Amino acid sequence: MSEPLLSVRDLEKHYTSRGTKLTILQGISFDIGKGEVVGLVGESGSGKTTIGRSILRLIEPSAGSIRFDGTEITALSGSAMRRTRPRMQYIFQDPFASLSPRMTIGEILTEGLKIQNIGTRKERLERARQALERVDLPADAINRYAHEFSGGQRQRIGIARALTLGPEFIVADEPVSALDVSIQAQVINLLRDLQQRLGLTMLFISHDLAVVEYICDRVIVLYLGRVMEIASSADLYARPQHPYTRALLSAIPSPDPDVRRDRQILKGDIPSPANPPSGCVFRTRCPHALPACGEAVPELRQTAPGHFKACIRDDLD
Amino acid sequence: MLARTPTRSPGPIARALDRFVTNRVAIFGVCLIVPILVLILSYPLWWSFRPNDIDLLAMNSGPTAKHWFGTDGVGRDVFARVLEGGRISLLVAIGSTAIAAVIGFLVGAISALAGRWVDATTMRFVDLVMTLPPVIFLLVLASIAGTGIWPTILVISLLSWPLLARMIRSRLLELRERDFVMAARGMGAGLPHLLFRHGLPNSIDILVVFATLQIANAILLEAGLSFLGLGIAPPAASWGNMLNAARSTAVLEQYPWQWLFPGGALVTAVLAINFIGDGLRDAFDPRAELH
Repeated sequence: MSEPLLSVRDLEKHYTSRGTKLTILQGISFDIGKGEVVGLVGESGSGKTTIGRSILRLIEPSAGSIRFDGTEITALSGSAMRRTRPRMQYIFQDPFASLSPRMTIGEILTEGLKIQNIGTRKERLERARQALERVDLPADAINRYAHEFSGGQRQRIGIARALTLGPEFIVADEPVSALDVSIQAQVINLLRDLQQRLGLTMLFISHDLAVVEYICDRVIVLYLGRVMEIASSADLYARPQHPYTRALLSAIPSPDPDVRRDRQILKGDIPSPANPPSGCVFRTRCPHALPACGEAVPELRQTAPGHFKACIRDDLD
Repeated sequence: MLARTPTRSPGPIARALDRFVTNRVAIFGVCLIVPILVLILSYPLWWSFRPNDIDLLAMNSGPTAKHWFGTDGVGRDVFARVLEGGRISLLVAIGSTAIAAVIGFLVGAISALAGRWVDATTMRFVDLVMTLPPVIFLLVLASIAGTGIWPTILVISLLSWPLLARMIRSRLLELRERDFVMAARGMGAGLPHLLFRHGLPNSIDILVVFATLQIANAILLEAGLSFLGLGIAPPAASWGNMLNAARSTAVLEQYPWQWLFPGGALVTAVLAINFIGDGLRDAFDPRAELH
């Protein structure tokens, strides 16, 4: 991995709600190399979607730097940002909310080309047809409305839309979590297939660790808006280092009923971002917490080549 | 699901219209308003009196075979004046509604989509317009603008847009956070695209309902202004200034046809348009989509 395609440094996002400051993201830093698929995992409310949307400036980050192919995204003017947008696209979680009920599939798929003034009407429709073909939907879908399609079909339309502008980088925000399990595999395989065929770089947001292991090269583990651990998939699943990652991995259901695993059930809920614990934010639920954990925010340290963790305890195992 | 329908499927507006035609009251409204419109538009072709023709042999005459609705104090045919008044009343109503709809939509939509500062400024301005007492506002505006068709249209439209602006704004504030609008922004959509490709189609129901109810409202406002002598000035006819005649007890008691017919036309038209407006509102109700 030479020059990363995307480089995020110290990304922060705060909201102020009735005078209380909510820290949604703090000190998020990571790189994504060209052609790499990076998973972003964490429980609900950990800020996964906020990271994905901040990178594309669908919401404005409060602080930090986002460099895309050498360009500082956060500093771009409105029109420069508009010109950059085709290179980075988003796949939404909810296939029922992400397609306009008042537009035909053809209008939805040509919308981006129209916005960017690409091609004539005829050429745009031709590209919409190709996009449908790419996601295995019939060409006559072009005159129909989104409500006529099932969840899986809609999600494939959402993927087709993201690809019409020929992006290099895609944020896939839990693209299968709203779908039936039987459909999930189809859509995941389609995404993986397209990623490999088109050489896409992808940030894959999910809370499903099994899916992430299947599709991602590297994984970022998030907890309450802070990075806990970053490692290659193989490494993370074989040798998780952070206590939070271990708890998460132990919760993956196993298809083999004879395998007994040491389930680590975490107690309590994720703390409120209005009042995060001092020091390590995970310490209130960590089985290995020490008094020292509350004193300073643990830094993200490299503990093995390419393996980073934010935990002061190196004596576990 | 895919194999069932032919290539082009009914869109959301077609489905709303399907629901509209099953609404009996609304269809009754259509049945009332269509003949009225036909009469109003076609009367010069087949009625022998012009609205300002004076028949000196029949002053204050009651309804006869010659003058169906009778004549007024200077011998003008009431039937012709009612129809001519309908033309002017509807022209004023439709004109002012169109202007109010354009202003209301643009102000509301820009307020919702153009960012926090624009929103705060325009909405305070809308508040300001809405706090002005309508009758006094109307009288002041009318006395500045003067009488006649265009000033009346202007006065009524300037009074009517803030309500629509509010409704459009709240609809689009909600729409702005929807994923498909975020997707459009993610593809680089600017304000005009969001306004006309997403904002307009998704507020069409509000606009249609506002327009019908506002037309009825504007007819009444025009009648009120003309009744007070600030709308359409005589000798031009309007339903409002014809009712003005009923202020005199002599007319009120002895020549009821002079105010009964314009009053009846006014009530019928307003009622019919209101029925249609209610029907359209029900047809566009998002909850109806569930059935």
